[in-house]
Amino acid sequence: MFEFLVRLGDDRLVIGHRMAEWCGHGPILEEDIALANIALDYTGQASALLALAGDMEGKGRSDDALAYFRDETQFRNALITELPIGDFGFTIVRQFLFDCHSVLLWEALAACGHATLAGIAAKAIKEDTYHLRHSSEWMRKLGDGTAESHARVQASLDTLWRYTGELFEHDAVDDAVAALGIVVPHDTRAARWRSLVDGVLREATLVVPASPGPMVTGGRRGRHTEHLGHMLAEMQIVARSHPGASW
Amino acid sequence: MTDSQWPLWEVFTQGDHGEPFEHAGSVHAVDGEQAMQNARDVYARRGEAIHLWVVPAAAIVASAPSDAGPFFDPGNDKPYRHPQFYKAPKGVKVF
Repeated sequence: MFEFLVRLGDDRLVIGHRMAEWCGHGPILEEDIALANIALDYTGQASALLALAGDMEGKGRSDDALAYFRDETQFRNALITELPIGDFGFTIVRQFLFDCHSVLLWEALAACGHATLAGIAAKAIKEDTYHLRHSSEWMRKLGDGTAESHARVQASLDTLWRYTGELFEHDAVDDAVAALGIVVPHDTRAARWRSLVDGVLREATLVVPASPGPMVTGGRRGRHTEHLGHMLAEMQIVARSHPGASW
Repeated sequence: MTDSQWPLWEVFTQGDHGEPFEHAGSVHAVDGEQAMQNARDVYARRGEAIHLWVVPAAAIVASAPSDAGPFFDPGNDKPYRHPQFYKAPKGVKVF
């Protein structure tokens, strides 16, 4: 259960931090605020999940302890969440692919047998439904926009596609939580994810890459890209320089 | 210099059921959906509203400063246009 929650929490902590890197750099003021809102939503979800993970672990680790005092190899986020933000189009495509996944995941968890987790899911699904509306609209605008915006988001989609398989991997951790009444049917979720994604891609005049290459994976076992370490260094330095400080 | 910004939309928020929509501010957006999303993110992200209206600023007809004299000044000395001088008929509940 701890491992399961840390995976969920780390996905959102890392993608939330990446999104927050846009703060002050958004293409227009309104979008800058939107990106920061979404970043905070994901960080808030991470906080709730990691706090619950800490409780379940029973070693007195808080959400902050888990977020700021673990090293790269102890992070369990999917690799798609840790890639650098790239241009605005890249961020939007990553967000869109992840939002689709996240909405469906919360849908399953809102009905799960663990009351606290179901509560977190019920709140998060509203947030992510909006995130998906936001990223879907940008997919349409950029994909079906100018030649340049289309080319950029298509290239981002080509790059990111290889990182999507990891979001639907099933392993012993899933089996373990299934015994606790937490069932996440990855197969059917992957199929629903694909039809959600395809619907928006069609409207955005984008296509799934024909030969994307093998899926990239490893984050769930702590094997990350070169990018996560740099991100964590920046994210964790304040907390590690002033342990226990509050503000 | 021409304005390179996206079109302007005026945002109205309703704080609670039955309350009037009030002007909250404005956003730039290329269409209604984007204006609605931007309005949500800029003016309703802290639980300020339960409903939103977005209106193209160009669709609003506004009175001009030069209208102020003929439009509003004549109302300043005509208190009899308020209804408090009328006696309510019997049987009518007075609020």
